[in-house]
Amino acid sequence: MKRGKPWAWIVFLLGAAYFLLPLIATVQFSLSIRRGTLSLDAYTNVLNSPQFQETFVFSLVVAVATIIVGLLLVVPAAYFVRLRAPQLRPIIEFVTLLPLIIPPIILVFGYIRMYNSSSILPLTNSTLGTNVLLTLAYVALALPYMYRAVDTGLRTIDVQTLTEAANILGANTPTILIRVIFPNIIVAALSGAFLTLAIVIGEFTIASLLNRPAFGVYMQNIGANRAFEPAALAVISFVITWAAMGMIQLLARFAPRTAPLTD
Amino acid sequence: MADDFLRIDNLVKSFGGNTVVKGANLAFSKGEFVTLLGPSGCGKTTILRMIAGFERPTSGTILVEGKDISPLPPNQRQIGMVFQAYALFPNMNVEDNVGFGLRIAGMPKAERRARVDEMLKLIGLSGYGKRFPFEMSGGQQQRVALARALAPKPRMLLLDEPLSALDAKIRVSLRQEIRAIQRDLGITTIFVTHDQEEALSISDRIVVMSAGNIEQVGTPFEIYNKPATRFVATFVGQLNTLSARVDDPARRAVSIDGQPVVVPSLPAGARAGDTVSLTMRPEAVQLANGAARDIVLDGTVADVSFLGSVIRLKVDLGQGNAVHVDTFNDQRTPPPGRAAPVQVTLAGSDILVLGD
Repeated sequence: MKRGKPWAWIVFLLGAAYFLLPLIATVQFSLSIRRGTLSLDAYTNVLNSPQFQETFVFSLVVAVATIIVGLLLVVPAAYFVRLRAPQLRPIIEFVTLLPLIIPPIILVFGYIRMYNSSSILPLTNSTLGTNVLLTLAYVALALPYMYRAVDTGLRTIDVQTLTEAANILGANTPTILIRVIFPNIIVAALSGAFLTLAIVIGEFTIASLLNRPAFGVYMQNIGANRAFEPAALAVISFVITWAAMGMIQLLARFAPRTAPLTD
Repeated sequence: MADDFLRIDNLVKSFGGNTVVKGANLAFSKGEFVTLLGPSGCGKTTILRMIAGFERPTSGTILVEGKDISPLPPNQRQIGMVFQAYALFPNMNVEDNVGFGLRIAGMPKAERRARVDEMLKLIGLSGYGKRFPFEMSGGQQQRVALARALAPKPRMLLLDEPLSALDAKIRVSLRQEIRAIQRDLGITTIFVTHDQEEALSISDRIVVMSAGNIEQVGTPFEIYNKPATRFVATFVGQLNTLSARVDDPARRAVSIDGQPVVVPSLPAGARAGDTVSLTMRPEAVQLANGAARDIVLDGTVADVSFLGSVIRLKVDLGQGNAVHVDTFNDQRTPPPGRAAPVQVTLAGSDILVLGD
């Protein structure tokens, strides 16, 4: 930063303090389980808890399933909108924003009403069915992030010309999507995937009301019954989220580069 | 004709209420290099895209070796195409780009590798197989795009302004390369461009288009020297247009800026006192220098442009008409200076009688 701009530094330091102080306080509290000394006991307690491992693995599996279903839904949809129906883009963008407008509590009550044991499709009747419902709910929840990430990726390539070039060389639409389009937006798609992971790992409302053993539900239970462990859990989930964000930044460096158009 | 390789009959394409191709009829022989030439929006690219299958004709047929290809999707037409924007797949290296069509066709790996090597040799890029598109210049990328289009041995090759994004020098060398490769392979090629010099230099035949209509089809020599319409004459090459007053239609006597001349023909129905336009190429007009031809006109030099091997003079004829004169550069004879009085001369047969 150039000299003679002390205000910029002051604003920067104030902003940093606003974000860092609560974090530092949480870290410090999480290490204070033993009186008068810093210790990692709270972390050990959390990481050794079978409930932690079970719920974390459960949420991780649901997150991976959400990412796969989300990509299978969003990539072809965003591709066709861009290629064949660009006039529909504002409508699709609005639809993908709806999960941000509708609170998860409304969403999950809607799902329970639609898919309960007396409905035509009684998904909540079985554990598998409920897990499927949870995954689909998360796909909807992550839709704004996934769609935007994929659409941004598609914007960086000439979708129409690449499609036509592959098409005239004999490729059909699935081949074009798998071999040409997806590899060129993979970094953007992974950005969406990591955002989805971060959302799913910490989600509480839907998992709790569908009575699934998710990590968010476990965090809430620990928070209600223990003192230092919730702080350790908060730090762990913070690290997971930032690791996901860091992966997005790292992957951006490996994006396929567009070639120059002139000599 | 029965032996036409590609035939287009009454091809029409409308977008909404806007008709961009208005009943095109064209025939192409096997191995021919034909250029669709015209300004932006004339419908040339739309015809190319209909042949490729990217646009569906509103009406009309496209026949390849006598069979209508209109119902076929692009991936079943066995056509190669090179795009203005190269359209190389950024995630694949040169080898994979060139081998893409072969892989789709299910060619075994060893055979595919040999064909890719053969194609890279053809375009002079052996050893570049592992490079990615972003590591290559525009000219190299376009050559890779050409190799990719030719690798699956297509029935014909479509080139959609492939040189437009390149700088001038590369453009000239690459167009010669494209033509040489096309001759070697004997592949029927349709080239779209708005650059008349490009079209004149590499085509067997040129189709000149304007506003969705085909204005003229002919060899470069015919298009340049015998333009069928005023549009073709003005779009292809430079043109002098002089305004003349008809003095005696029977004798074909007119006057240009008060100077009486006799022309070989006049537009039908021209009457005494009418104003008619006479057109001729700049190189058809010469400085008289004592060797007068059919028509001689007095004027003064208004401007001199030195273009290297050619010197272009603008000569004012006195009352508003001006004529451009192209002469070859002669290092022993400097061109006349500005305001110098000169005589220009031309043969009557060099005057182009143009329909509208």
